[in-house]
Amino acid sequence: MAAVQPLTSTGPTGLPRILAAAPGSGGPADLAAHRALMPPPPRPGRGANRPLIDEVERAGLLGRGGAGFPTAKKLLAVASGRRRAIVVVNGAESEPASMKDRLLLTTRPHLVLDGALAAAAAVGADRIEFGIDTDDAARSIQTALAARRGPEHTGVTIRIVRVPRAYITGEERSLVRAIGGDPAIPAMGPRPFERGVDGRPTLVQNVETLAHLAQIAAFGADWFREVGADDEPGSRLVTVSGAVAKPGVYEVAGGTPVANVLRAAAGRDDDVAAVLVGGYFGAWIDVAHALDVRLSDPDLAAHGTAFGAGVLWFLPRGACGLRETERVATWFAGQTANQCGPCVHGLASIAGGLSSLVRGGGRDTAAQLRRWSDDVEGRGACRLPDGAVRFVRSGLKVFAADIERHRIHGQCDADPAQTLLPLY
Amino acid sequence: MREPTTISLDPIACDGHGLCADLLPEMIRLDDWGYPILDRREVPPALMAHAQRAVTACPVLALKLRAVDRIRPA
Repeated sequence: MAAVQPLTSTGPTGLPRILAAAPGSGGPADLAAHRALMPPPPRPGRGANRPLIDEVERAGLLGRGGAGFPTAKKLLAVASGRRRAIVVVNGAESEPASMKDRLLLTTRPHLVLDGALAAAAAVGADRIEFGIDTDDAARSIQTALAARRGPEHTGVTIRIVRVPRAYITGEERSLVRAIGGDPAIPAMGPRPFERGVDGRPTLVQNVETLAHLAQIAAFGADWFREVGADDEPGSRLVTVSGAVAKPGVYEVAGGTPVANVLRAAAGRDDDVAAVLVGGYFGAWIDVAHALDVRLSDPDLAAHGTAFGAGVLWFLPRGACGLRETERVATWFAGQTANQCGPCVHGLASIAGGLSSLVRGGGRDTAAQLRRWSDDVEGRGACRLPDGAVRFVRSGLKVFAADIERHRIHGQCDADPAQTLLPLY
Repeated sequence: MREPTTISLDPIACDGHGLCADLLPEMIRLDDWGYPILDRREVPPALMAHAQRAVTACPVLALKLRAVDRIRPA
């Protein structure tokens, strides 16, 4: 069994961590500058690296792609397979309001590569597949790979696969299919940790999760837990936009209150009507409740959402939350893989119902939307319909006053041509 | 002793023919678009024969009976 490398290096103090910049760097692909920040990752060998998995377990790292699953558990499940494992880097950042993974891929490619290699070491993989949905990110990883071909040859086969930009691409089984050359749509059957790419045990891991994994491998679990809260250890990337003067990707400590992020992005409480937490797979929270909420999954669960992909989007006061909810619901309906009846027809009906509310539809419509949401939940091969109805339900609740205004006046005071939430 | 059994559905295979809801209305209802919504609880022994008939009747073999202990946690 390979031994975990001695944790002699010192990690960055405070924040930023994964966004820490290499001093005097000659660009993202500059390997020497990156190595000034941290040592090379443990070398992948045959068989699992249990000390490394134990270290990740002690760190308490949770997946940063949306589901928030404990990374150590996933590593252990893949490492327990009978055949040689494969690592798939999930670089399909399908959440339209999220920019963090793309930022890491384009500006910290060596950190992401270190994380992928550390993951390969943990599970004993001999192959890493990058599933990437934008050209700039693919180019960045390609260039970084070229930079380390000579100096840091590991014997691991690393490949980059361009995958379609669509919401369902990022779903584990979709991505595994896309890597295998099949259409990037969800499937029934075994989970990737059992049978994934080429039927081998496959670790599908989000880009940001791998960046943290690289640092845990280099600096240890105790260092990781120096930042963050017990229920949300370490730092997290959040993509902040909407009613703020400085939108962008911020690295925050786990458990940071929403209000602190708003201030960091130069936003003012009075300018905000509601906050979308977690992204389109998350939920709206009324501003009166949102600002005190800590960014940790237990606290967010009390508000019907989760950290998700780390999106914080601030709805400006005066904008129409109902219309924004309708736009996203319509978009969701267009993101279906056209496989499962309740998703295909349910999401289309729900989007139509919301459009009718925008035009002044009555209370029956809102009630019907709630019923349809309950009916659709849990009935797809993937979680797309579940995410869509969670988002819609929160909109119906938080924007009840907007719905009433539209019902009475057939419109609201907001500019009907205004579109705010990003879509693709 | 008989294994506890639930009904399960492959939502990708299901085309919403609706025969299952006719044959097992106690445990299957159709949504507004004609697709079956299953009762996830154990199939009571008295309904077992009806459940089996519903499974057999599905034209696309989307409906299955599964022993409860073989269901993996999500």
